[in-house]
Amino acid sequence: MSLLDVDELTVAFAGRGGPDTRAVAGVSFAVDQGEVVGLVGESGCGKSVTSLALMGLLPKRGVTVGGRAVFDGTDLLSLRPSALRDLRGSQLAMIFQDPLSSLNPVVPIGIQVTEILTRHRGLRGAAARKEAAALLDRVGIPDPTRRLKEYPHQLSGGMRQRALIAMAVACAPRLLIADEPTTALDVTIQAQILELLKELVDQQGTALLMITHDLGVVAGLCDRVNVLYAGKVVEAAARRPLFADPAHPYAHGLLGSIPRLDAPRGDPLNPIRGSINDRIDWADGCAFAPRCDFYTLDCLQGTPELAGRAGPAGADDEADTGHRVRCVNPVTTTSEATEAAV
Amino acid sequence: MSLLELDDVKVHFPVKRGVLFDRTVGHVYAVDGVSLSVEAGQTYGLVGESGCGKTTLGRAVLRLTDITSGRVVFDGTDLAALPDEEMRRTRHRLQMVFQDPLGSLNPRQNIESILAEGMAAHGIGANREERRERIVEILRRVGLPAGALSRYPHEFSGGQRQRIGIARAIVLEPDLIICDEPVSALDVSIQAQVLNLLEELQDALGLTYLVIAHDLAVVRHISDRIGVMYLGSLVEEAPSDALYAEPRHPYTRALMSAVPVPDPEVEDNRERILLRGDLPSPANPPAGCRFHTRCPWRQPERCDTERPALTDLGDGHRVACHYAAEIADGTVQPIRDLAPPVLRDVPGVPAQAGGGEEPVPAAS
Repeated sequence: MSLLDVDELTVAFAGRGGPDTRAVAGVSFAVDQGEVVGLVGESGCGKSVTSLALMGLLPKRGVTVGGRAVFDGTDLLSLRPSALRDLRGSQLAMIFQDPLSSLNPVVPIGIQVTEILTRHRGLRGAAARKEAAALLDRVGIPDPTRRLKEYPHQLSGGMRQRALIAMAVACAPRLLIADEPTTALDVTIQAQILELLKELVDQQGTALLMITHDLGVVAGLCDRVNVLYAGKVVEAAARRPLFADPAHPYAHGLLGSIPRLDAPRGDPLNPIRGSINDRIDWADGCAFAPRCDFYTLDCLQGTPELAGRAGPAGADDEADTGHRVRCVNPVTTTSEATEAAV
Repeated sequence: MSLLELDDVKVHFPVKRGVLFDRTVGHVYAVDGVSLSVEAGQTYGLVGESGCGKTTLGRAVLRLTDITSGRVVFDGTDLAALPDEEMRRTRHRLQMVFQDPLGSLNPRQNIESILAEGMAAHGIGANREERRERIVEILRRVGLPAGALSRYPHEFSGGQRQRIGIARAIVLEPDLIICDEPVSALDVSIQAQVLNLLEELQDALGLTYLVIAHDLAVVRHISDRIGVMYLGSLVEEAPSDALYAEPRHPYTRALMSAVPVPDPEVEDNRERILLRGDLPSPANPPAGCRFHTRCPWRQPERCDTERPALTDLGDGHRVACHYAAEIADGTVQPIRDLAPPVLRDVPGVPAQAGGGEEPVPAAS
C-alpha cells in the first residue's frame, strides 16, 4: 500500500452569487515511501490547492473538499483538527514557495525552529536550541548558532529556504510536500536547494511530493510525474516515459513550448495556442479541447477517462507501465495535428 | 556600425545615512563598468541572477536611471550628453517592454488610450482616426482583436497583457526595444507564444532587441549574442552558440550546469557545478575578481587582488577571467574536485576558506 493515496480529491470554492469554482476536479495519485512524485501544471491547474487540501490548510468557510486522501491508513480529510495538528509538522510537513512570507518577520529564526521541536518532540531550552543549531547546520547554513538569533530579513533568499527546509525536516516527516520550493530563487541557488532535497530523500527515506511548474526540475528530481490540467490529472507516468513519449496533447505541447538550453539557436518553439479558461468544465468533454491540436468531435463526448496507455509500437505490455493518459486521441508518433480545428 | 554602444558604463547609487544631513556613507555598485555593442537587427541577451545589475543597465540605456560615468551611444549620438527635450524626442526610437505586464499598464486607461498616448506625445498620426487605424493594425500584428481597443488591462490574461506592452512599444516605430524579463511572469505555454511573437516582429519590422532575463534557456533561444553579468559587470560575452558550446568563465559554466533541462537523459548524466553560498552584496563587492569568493577554480594568487578585464579570445568571445585558458585546457582544476562529478554541499562539513558563503545582509 502506498504511503499517501489520494482518491478523487475535489476542492470547490463558493462563488459570490455565481457558480462555484472547482479548483480541483477529481485528482487521484499515490506516493510511496521514499519516492519523489511530481505534480506539474501551469497556474490555475489546481496543484497548490491540492497540497493545501492535503495539509488541511484551506479555510473552513466557503470551501468544499471531497474525496479521500489516505495517509498511512488514516483519511486526512476526515481527521479531527487536533489529530491533524499532531500529524502536521511531525509526519507530514510542507515547504512553501515564498520563504519570506512563510516565516514570521518579528520572531528570530531560532524560536521558529524550536517551536516545532517543543510541540512535537518535547525538547525545551538548551536541548531544543542545540537541536535547532544541528538542523540548520544539516541543511547547510554556516554559523548556525549565530543565525538562530537572527530575524528572517537578515537571511538571504536561499538561506531562508534552507531554514524552512530545516523546520520541515525537524521531526523526520514521512511525507514532505514542497510547493514550488525553488521558484523564488536564482538558478544557482535553486541547484543548491534541489541537491539538498535529493540528499534528504536519500538519507531519510522521506517521500517527497514536489509541486512545480518547471518541467526541468521534474526531469532531474521526480520518480513519477502527474501532469495536471484544469483540476484533473491528464497524464501520469514514470519520469522517463513521460519525457520521451508524452501521450496527452497538453504534456506534448508543454514540452514543445519550453526553450531548451541544449537546443540549437533558431529551433522554433511550438506553443500551445490560447490560454487556460477560468471556468472550464470537464462535464462537457475534455477541458483541453479548445486549445488542442489533435481535437476531434469525440473529445466532446463526456469526460475522458484516465486510462492505461499502450506502449510504443512493438511493445506488447499495456497497462503495466503505469503510464496513464486522459485523452481519447493520445499523441503518437504518427499523429497529425488537425489544423485550425477551433 | 553598431546601433547601440555602451562604453564603460557605471551606475552607482549612493547609500545615505543621517537625519538632518544626508551623508553618503557608501555606494551600491549596481553597474560597474560595462562595455558592449548591439548590432542593428540583432538580439543581444543580457543574462544574470537577481542583483547583478542587468535591469539597472537596461534602464540606464533609456536614461530612466542616470549613469555615473561612461557613454551610451545610440546610432551615433551620446544619449547621456543629450539635453532633456532632445532625449524625450529620441525616446520613441528606444522603447521598453517591462516584466510585469499588469503593473506597467495603467488600470484606468483603456487600450486605445494607452497606445495613443505615446503616439500623441511623439506626433505620430495626424488625428484620432489615423491613430486608431494604426493601433488596430498594430493590435492585429501582436495577435489581439480590434475589439480590445475599448477594454481595460484587467480584462486580459497575462499573455495578452504582455502583447499590449509589446504593442505599446512597437506602435512608436522604434529601432531598439529593451525587453526586461519579457516572459518571466508568464506560464510556459504562454511564454512560447510571446517569444515567437517577438521573433516574428523582429523579422517583419527589422527591430533590434536588448533582452534582459535571468533564464539562460530563454535568452539563448532568442539571442544572437549573449552577455553574462555578475555583480555589475560582464564576465563573459559571446555569440549564442559559442557560449553554449564552450562557456569559458567559471560562473557561466556553473550557471549553465544549474539550468534544469526538461529531459531526464540529460539531467541524469550532466556534470553539475554547485556554487557555494550567495551573491555578495553589490554595496561591498569582493576585491579582485568579483566571482572569486564562490569560484570553484579559484587560484591563490591574482584572483583576490587583480580584477580581470574582459579580453577577446578571438571569434568575438570575450571573457573576464585570469585563468580562462588554463581552465579550458585543464591545467587548472576545480577545488575539491578529485574526480567526483558533483561539487556538493555536504551537511556538517565546514565551509571552505573565504567569505563568499556569507549571505547578503539585508539593510542592517
